[in-house]
Amino acid sequence: MSDPVLSVRDLVVEIPTRNAVLRPVDHVSYDIEPGEILGVVGESGAGKSMTGNAVIGLLDRPAAIAGGEIRLKGQRIDNLPYEDMRRLRGKEIGMVFQDPLTSLNPLLQIGDQLTETMLAHLEITETEARTRAIAALDEVGIPAAASRIDSYPHEFSGGMRQRVVIALALCAEPSLIIADEPTTALDVSVQAQIIALLKRLCRERRTAVMLVTHDMGVIAEAADRVAVMYAGRLAELGPVRDVVQSPRHPYTEGLMGSTPLASRGQHRLRQIPGSMPRLGSLPDGCAFHPRCPKAQDRCRANPTPSLDADQGRAACWFPVEQLEDAQ
Amino acid sequence: MSILVSVRNLTRVFDVSKPWLNRLIERLPKALLTAVSDVSFDIPEQQVYALVGESGSGKSTIGKMVVGLLNPSDGLVEVEGIDLSRETDIDKVEAVRSDIQMIFQDPFASLNPRWKVRDIIAEPVAAKGGDTDGLAERLLEQVGLSALDAGKFPHEFSGGQRQRICIARALASEPKLIVCDEPTSALDVSVQAQVLNLMSDLKDEFGLTYLFISHDLTVVQHMADKIGVLYLGRLVEEADPDTLFTRPAHPYSQMLLAAAPKMDGFGREVPPPQGEIPDPINPPAGCAFNPRCPLAIDICRKERPELQQIEGARVACHRIEEALAAHRAVEPA
Ligand SMILES: Nc1ncnc2c1ncn2[C@@H]1O[C@H](COP(=O)(O)OP(=O)(O)OP(=O)(O)O)[C@@H](O)[C@H]1O
Ligand SMILES: Nc1ncnc2c1ncn2[C@@H]1O[C@H](COP(=O)(O)OP(=O)(O)OP(=O)(O)O)[C@@H](O)[C@H]1O
Ligand SMILES: [Mg+2]
Ligand SMILES: [Mg+2]
Repeated sequence: MSDPVLSVRDLVVEIPTRNAVLRPVDHVSYDIEPGEILGVVGESGAGKSMTGNAVIGLLDRPAAIAGGEIRLKGQRIDNLPYEDMRRLRGKEIGMVFQDPLTSLNPLLQIGDQLTETMLAHLEITETEARTRAIAALDEVGIPAAASRIDSYPHEFSGGMRQRVVIALALCAEPSLIIADEPTTALDVSVQAQIIALLKRLCRERRTAVMLVTHDMGVIAEAADRVAVMYAGRLAELGPVRDVVQSPRHPYTEGLMGSTPLASRGQHRLRQIPGSMPRLGSLPDGCAFHPRCPKAQDRCRANPTPSLDADQGRAACWFPVEQLEDAQ
Repeated sequence: MSILVSVRNLTRVFDVSKPWLNRLIERLPKALLTAVSDVSFDIPEQQVYALVGESGSGKSTIGKMVVGLLNPSDGLVEVEGIDLSRETDIDKVEAVRSDIQMIFQDPFASLNPRWKVRDIIAEPVAAKGGDTDGLAERLLEQVGLSALDAGKFPHEFSGGQRQRICIARALASEPKLIVCDEPTSALDVSVQAQVLNLMSDLKDEFGLTYLFISHDLTVVQHMADKIGVLYLGRLVEEADPDTLFTRPAHPYSQMLLAAAPKMDGFGREVPPPQGEIPDPINPPAGCAFNPRCPLAIDICRKERPELQQIEGARVACHRIEEALAAHRAVEPA
């Protein structure tokens, strides 16, 4: 196996507050290989965005990395000075966020935004950059790219803007893309276009992608492996088919089961009782135990060990398979 | 089954022109946007009628006209036989008004942050001088929260809990019809399941009728008795969920269903839909879907297709036979 593009080990993010220190990311470890899409799922507030933002060095204060290591192609990046990190972000790491408007400069023509980014990170001439910018727009499916390159962002539809953001994230040919809910605000037809695009780029350029989304369907179709987060920790990590179809962690099981597709033909959907605890009031033991149908004394008393990046699928004292084996 | 809501030739046009002075200087014509165009459907009592369609297709505009927040430019909405925009008898209007409630997408924006939950929930009843004693507490328990929550403020609740509070408020005036505009779009799947289950339970318990607006096909498939598919303000297909999902007839419905991600679609690679939704101010002539339709021929670019009845569905397409054949070819029954 080739070396991973991104390697995260025991990442801890902390937020100091007046009463306590909160841990929105708590000992999270994972790798992303070249050409691989890692899906990240979990309910709102689970720490998905914080994990992505820690990798790109864009945590909003007072949140800060408090432990662990992040390596990009073997090089440690979690302790880089601000300027180095900024350069790395444009060159090696591309970012796509939910709202395309915040990632584009409304006052700058689309072509200029692309060429500026390329000139800053690649050793090429201005004419070359412009040719490449047109090719980049063409690649993300903007029709008549050569004539639309001088448009302003507001002249494009939402879906086209999001594709421009992807073109922008890709134009310096990064080895890693962090896509945080890149299609959440978009229609299914546009979503399908964006996902197809990401998949093609992974395949053709061996880009590694971290894809954060709420949509289990998108995960199933796009991701190679899935990380499931709950209350700041990794609950489960594994190949997409296994995690979706035969989850080991009871939380994953509940999450997959509560989608309308999973309960097709039933009058009621399966649901997980209760709600995810707030960071300030996490229960003892496994954070999921108050909602877990299989919780036992051990779950109430002892936190589960964190998942390793390369072994162990579910951070659970009694993962689903084991329970079934026992019966 | 009697019809509770009857929508006839409903049309809504918005004037989106620049201010008249700019228009005069820049010599621009008036710009009119037809958000809803000639839409007709019925909702029988105690049924769930869902409207699906992509952003800008006119779902919310129809919802607002049904609850009376917006007047039609043409056509009408009758609830219990009363046309709210034309009825002159105030008592009748008031009576029907209180039978209709609306739930919105954003449970954060739709609750007044300075009011206690008790006052928020009881407000629709208090406004009419009704008895609100213990009302909020009772409703809170009905939606799966605690009576003690009545004394709290909205910010103390999670998204799913706030949507429950919105539902409790909608129930306060004992409505017959609830228009739900994307009620779970802001929630994640596990919370969504709780809220959808609650809505189903309440429907059974109180005999409610829902107009259910969503762009999420899986949610609609689960909730609806009948589904209307909108494209650029027009109803292009109407069918029950089983029919629509096993045999979508309109090429647009077929495109939507094919593009929707599937939970068992591991590694699925389908060519994504082509083209963009056209500009609603200058919609294409004929069938609005024709520029993106693989089956379009001359007539599709000239004549607007009428809805016609086929095998338990209503479909507006000049090329129904071809569309059905195309679907059979991809997905043999
Ligand atoms: N300044 C802050 N003070 C306290 N808690 C914070 C602060 N900023 C973020 N958090 C908490 O950190 C946790 C992780 O947030 P994060 O944005 O990573 O969640 P997420 O999984 O991306 O959720 P979503 O799906 O809603 O985007 C949340 O519980 C959030 O409430
Ligand atoms: N008050 C208004 N003034 C001008 N145009 C409007 C107004 N309200 C809606 N529109 C336009 O009418 C069309 C239909 O809008 P509507 O909000 O009904 O769509 P929708 O199907 O609910 O979309 P979404 O899924 O994004 O909520 C859109 O093109 C919209 O821009
Ligand atoms: Mg997030
Ligand atoms: Mg809407």
